[in-house]
Amino acid sequence: MQRHDHEFESVPPDGRPDAAQPRWRRDFPIDWPKDELIARRDFTRFMVLTSLGFTVGQGWIALQSLLGHPSATAKPIVAVEGIPVGGSLTFDFPHEHDNCVLVRRGRNDFVAYSQKCTHLSCPVQPRPKEGTLHCPCHNGTFDLADGRPLGGPPRRPLPIIELEVRDGIVYATGVKERTS
Amino acid sequence: MSDHPHTRSQSKVIVGGILGVVLMLNVLQLWLLTATMNAYLGGDTSITIPALLASGVCLLLNVGLLRYLRDR
Repeated sequence: MQRHDHEFESVPPDGRPDAAQPRWRRDFPIDWPKDELIARRDFTRFMVLTSLGFTVGQGWIALQSLLGHPSATAKPIVAVEGIPVGGSLTFDFPHEHDNCVLVRRGRNDFVAYSQKCTHLSCPVQPRPKEGTLHCPCHNGTFDLADGRPLGGPPRRPLPIIELEVRDGIVYATGVKERTS
Repeated sequence: MSDHPHTRSQSKVIVGGILGVVLMLNVLQLWLLTATMNAYLGGDTSITIPALLASGVCLLLNVGLLRYLRDR
């Protein structure tokens, strides 16, 4: 003979006796404790699935890092006389859609950075008179001297485009990414 | 005799505890993912493999806890 286990009776959520429950609850009893238990188990399964998703994301990043980036070859950008002091110029380096910006800060002072804001990739605009690069999307600001973030949401500095001046021509020779 | 090794309220507490641990591991994995992505975008690829291993350990712990839950 099975012992009647009171634990497994239907328990109304308000805790009142069956006689005090509305008619519909007496007609359609639901095992609320069991329902809660099952709901927690299902949620735990879902969280483990999310955990798998995170691990897959980590794997993707690891794979991308192992594949590596193709090395950049030097590319001529502009003649030194073609850009005035305080002027700027956009160009693509190392590939077609890698937008960059070159700024001539002084007679022999050229700086270039990737134009993609490190926040959400909006194109940054040079402001040579203020000594900054400004992102219009969320008001991010970078120091024109070294590309480091000065204000707004960006946290990472802009990648530096390494330059060389040979025979009166400014060349882009490499990309230097930084985390700080 | 009841077939259940635990009472209903005990089961709820156990499941709730396991869920709490799983949630904490998930938060850890989320932080790990964002930190790794930030480093990778900044050109630092040295942490990608260690981060993947750490995330894998978290996943194994989560799966183990889920199996324990299922076996009960």
